[in-house]
Amino acid sequence: MALDSKIPQGPIADKWTNYKNHIDLVNPANKRNIDVIVVGTGLAGGSAAATLAELGYNVKAFCFQDSPRRAHSIAAQGGINAAKNYQGDGDSTYRLFYDTVKGGDYRSREANVYRLAEVSTNIIDQCVAQGVPFAREYGGLLDNRSFGGVLVSRTFYAAGQTGQQLLLGAYSAMNRQIGRGKIKMYNRHEMLDVVKVDGKARGIITRNLITGEIERHSAHAVVLGTGGYGNVFFLSTNAMGSNVTAAWKAHKRGAYFANPCYTQIHPTCIPVSGDHQSKLTLMSESLRNDGRIWVPKHMKDVEAIKAGTLKPVQLAEEDRDYYLERRYPAFGNLVPRDVASRAAKERCDAGFGVNATGEAVFLDFASAIQRYGKEAAHVKGLNENDAALVKKLGQEVIKNKYGNLFQMYEKIVDQDPYNTPMMIYPAVHYTMGGVWVDYNLMTTVPGLYAIGEANFSDHGANRLGASALMQGLADGYFVLPYTIGDYLSDDIRTGPISTDTKEFAEAEAEVRKNIDHLINNNGTHSVDYFHKRLGKIMWNKCGMARNAEDLKSAITEISELRAEFWKDVRVPGTQNEFNEELAKAGRVADFLELGELFAKDALQREESAGGHFREEYQTAEGEAMRRKEFQYVSAWEYKGEPKDAILHKEELAYENIEVKERSYK
Amino acid sequence: MNLTLKIWRQANANDKGKMVDYPISNISPDMSFLEMLDVLNNELIEKGEAPVSFDHDCREGICGSCSLYINGEAHGPDRLITTCQLHMRTFKDGETITIEPWRASAFPVIKDLVVDRTAFDRIQHAGGFISVNTSGNTIDANAIPVNKQDADDAFSAATCIGCGACVASCKNSSAMLFVGAKVSQFALLPQGKVEATERVLNMVKQMDEEGFGNCTNTGACEVECPKGISLENIARMNREYLSAALKG
Amino acid sequence: MSGILNSSIGRKFAMALSALFLMIFILQHFAINILSVFSPDAFNEASHFMGTFWAVQYLLQPVLILGVIFHFVMGFVLEIRNNKARAISYAKNNGAANSSWMSRNMIWSGGFILVFLIIHFIDFWIPEINTKYIVGDMSGTLPSGEFRYHEELVHKFKDLWRVALYCVGFVFLSLHLLHGFNSAFQSIGANNKYTKGLKGFSKIYAIGVPVGFIFIAVYHFLNH
Repeated sequence: MALDSKIPQGPIADKWTNYKNHIDLVNPANKRNIDVIVVGTGLAGGSAAATLAELGYNVKAFCFQDSPRRAHSIAAQGGINAAKNYQGDGDSTYRLFYDTVKGGDYRSREANVYRLAEVSTNIIDQCVAQGVPFAREYGGLLDNRSFGGVLVSRTFYAAGQTGQQLLLGAYSAMNRQIGRGKIKMYNRHEMLDVVKVDGKARGIITRNLITGEIERHSAHAVVLGTGGYGNVFFLSTNAMGSNVTAAWKAHKRGAYFANPCYTQIHPTCIPVSGDHQSKLTLMSESLRNDGRIWVPKHMKDVEAIKAGTLKPVQLAEEDRDYYLERRYPAFGNLVPRDVASRAAKERCDAGFGVNATGEAVFLDFASAIQRYGKEAAHVKGLNENDAALVKKLGQEVIKNKYGNLFQMYEKIVDQDPYNTPMMIYPAVHYTMGGVWVDYNLMTTVPGLYAIGEANFSDHGANRLGASALMQGLADGYFVLPYTIGDYLSDDIRTGPISTDTKEFAEAEAEVRKNIDHLINNNGTHSVDYFHKRLGKIMWNKCGMARNAEDLKSAITEISELRAEFWKDVRVPGTQNEFNEELAKAGRVADFLELGELFAKDALQREESAGGHFREEYQTAEGEAMRRKEFQYVSAWEYKGEPKDAILHKEELAYENIEVKERSYK
Repeated sequence: MNLTLKIWRQANANDKGKMVDYPISNISPDMSFLEMLDVLNNELIEKGEAPVSFDHDCREGICGSCSLYINGEAHGPDRLITTCQLHMRTFKDGETITIEPWRASAFPVIKDLVVDRTAFDRIQHAGGFISVNTSGNTIDANAIPVNKQDADDAFSAATCIGCGACVASCKNSSAMLFVGAKVSQFALLPQGKVEATERVLNMVKQMDEEGFGNCTNTGACEVECPKGISLENIARMNREYLSAALKG
Repeated sequence: MSGILNSSIGRKFAMALSALFLMIFILQHFAINILSVFSPDAFNEASHFMGTFWAVQYLLQPVLILGVIFHFVMGFVLEIRNNKARAISYAKNNGAANSSWMSRNMIWSGGFILVFLIIHFIDFWIPEINTKYIVGDMSGTLPSGEFRYHEELVHKFKDLWRVALYCVGFVFLSLHLLHGFNSAFQSIGANNKYTKGLKGFSKIYAIGVPVGFIFIAVYHFLNH
């Protein structure tokens, strides 16, 4: 099947408007006869479910958590971008579009990104109307901060809990519809398959996580807002439950999986402390507004710090290497995430890592505390040269801005970041790859949609900070509700979809077979044992830097591990009860397939772009080397084993942006 | 570290349940509390026993899933954190640690330490929203200036993660801190004032129907709340409710 | 408005209002009793006025009795409901870590106060009512022609058991008020910039008034 991205004709600035003017609509009376399933209740799924219900569709929403409010969008810290230009610093729709395409290393689809930039301003209006308490200035207007890879302040925020506030906004919109009976909410339900009838997505099979019951649910269309697959690395900033299962089952039913190798490794996370570690904690990118990243210049100081004989604060300025400021003077500490992560890895690989494992760099707030402290003293008419006073005032300013993050750091690491620099290291955070979708956000399966992090569409090879929240809400509130209507307009005469058909029966039987196998396997090792091993392979061979040899061996190792998993995994308990191990086993089984496709994708992409860095393809200065011949989306078609997947290419055309070397120097 | 864990085990909602002792050794003080339970569960699984079920997800203190009553306190002895942020360095080597589920009639146990907190969702369905359509066809965000203090107070109330520690800690299993925070968030913002009367009446009604107890102002909820939600929010809800009830 | 008492907040509010009313009464009661230490005459005058003025006797007195009954009945109703809200209790609960003993034991301090009140009623109020309305002696005087109130008061506090009961009763009242005073204000929704000042005042009241009552009892016990 040839890929058709269905991008509307016309100049880029008019595409979305023209599109909306010409699609087929469903009249309100008919919407009452149409059912839509939304899987996942994060920013994308939650906002989509609320909006679709508001439009009049009957929505069934599913989440594996005990409440839609717990979806992992809640953990997003820093902010959400919008081209509001409230700061009057030259921002515009075009500039947000430009920054996003450039930030994505020219591997995203122009038309989608432009639409995203266009609707970004609506998101802020919408959220404020819903009562999302964004940070404000003393005049009562909205405040902004700056994020990596851009030269304007366009990020709206609510302290370090922006994701939480936005998700609770979407959740409240859902609550309104649940109260009206327009959304039927299924908590603690996991989607285990997509059901296709006559080639169209017409339902899903779920498992009730409390009773273990396998259920059939039908609808005229199915929307996946099920997030990313960062947990294929075992250790990531994702929630423990975040998984690829819904997306992977869709892939197995014919949805192409795009760019699986594009993974964002976030530069500022708390370093790994030991083997017991179950997850990694992000320290928001917003910290790079005020924190300076450094390692010692000299190896003797590195050793002294590791040995504990030298405290980082004692090291003189001239003996510190602020390597981001040195290498990228134009953007300094605010280079995009992929660049910052690789630079940290480069220093640590050279032996300059500052903790016991050699995998940490400093993020230092001392100069920001000085700067803010002096400013505050000046404003209050106090002595700017009183060092203790300046420090105290400066710390107060920092506390106001990042208090919750500093507290979080202190609880985990047991060090006070107000008085000693934080130690940070990159960690897996977000996956730009995902289910392939066209301009309508529809996958290659008719009637099956993917939104938010679950799809691949807007961030190319690297996502800019504060853009994930923007994309999730844009897809759910403003894009999908239009595009899905165009598809559903054909379904006004279909009537209710029966679940009593052979397609549903077959899908259910397959789900049951899988579960029976896992429960009756009686192997020797727990699910986590396999998941951790998969994570090690992924991190070591498909992590921040990749090469052909490692990727080839990763493919073999993952496929062997998968065979071992099916032979030797032990899942206690039964299928007819609350059984978290069983749920985990199903998810890890899918990660074991995705991981292999991931490595295969990374192997075929013989270039470096954004989060995908191939050691063979770098410039003399160690920067990523993009290659013109790889200016395409790789979309994989499922054919049984991951090794048999077939590659389809969606060529990317850049008509409104000149493809240049991506430089932040 | 070597520890003895006393854990509530209950196979399902209908089971009677009991406390069971588990010795555990070689625990690193740098582990989080849940990582310690992961170690226990891994041992149990490899021994062929049923692992301990507990709710958890983000493991960074924001999703509100984790919910353990540890040594007689919600989220354990440390302050302003959730169980997933509690670290083993808080405990002493050789200590016995008691781990129980949230106890409230409105939060029935599903299994072991997992409880059903959908009562909170239902309270929100009754009015935890502002009735605007999500079409984006609203006024410009900056057309509604909000006093910074009000915005900050609304934000502080809105940081509630819905974990239920307030209910678990309250000797009366009252949910007033949770409901008070939500009522306050909207009551403080101009956007929320339009429906303030109905909102507070409906939410309190639903709260009462769920079987939560009455607030007697002991203040335990505020102390144990991982997000430090203030009692002021309960007072504000009381005001909002009384003026709404008198109006209606 | 209807059904306000069927809601949790409405009940709290009613509890708080009755408490505030009772606290005003206690202050008034204290103000008159303390006169007995400084000026027996003033005490007699005030007592006679309170005991014979129609509005106090036929209006305030029934309202007060109803208020007391309401406060206690509602307190017990709430306690039962609150116990029902947690059908299974914790194996280990460290309440001291997050709340005061007083706040967690209002039902006990309240219960002891109730016991004290019952004894106090039998001991004082019933004989008083008997004298005034059954026997029909509204004069308020002894056969000598002097007011009987101060004399009777002093006489009552001759017994050690009664003084001891007084002391214990008022210790419980103090514990009850140490939480209850502020709690009442929180329940009626007053938590604002005055809260801090109010907290200080509530401590003074919760300790000062009961100590004052104890002082009166002990004073008379030691002086006569």
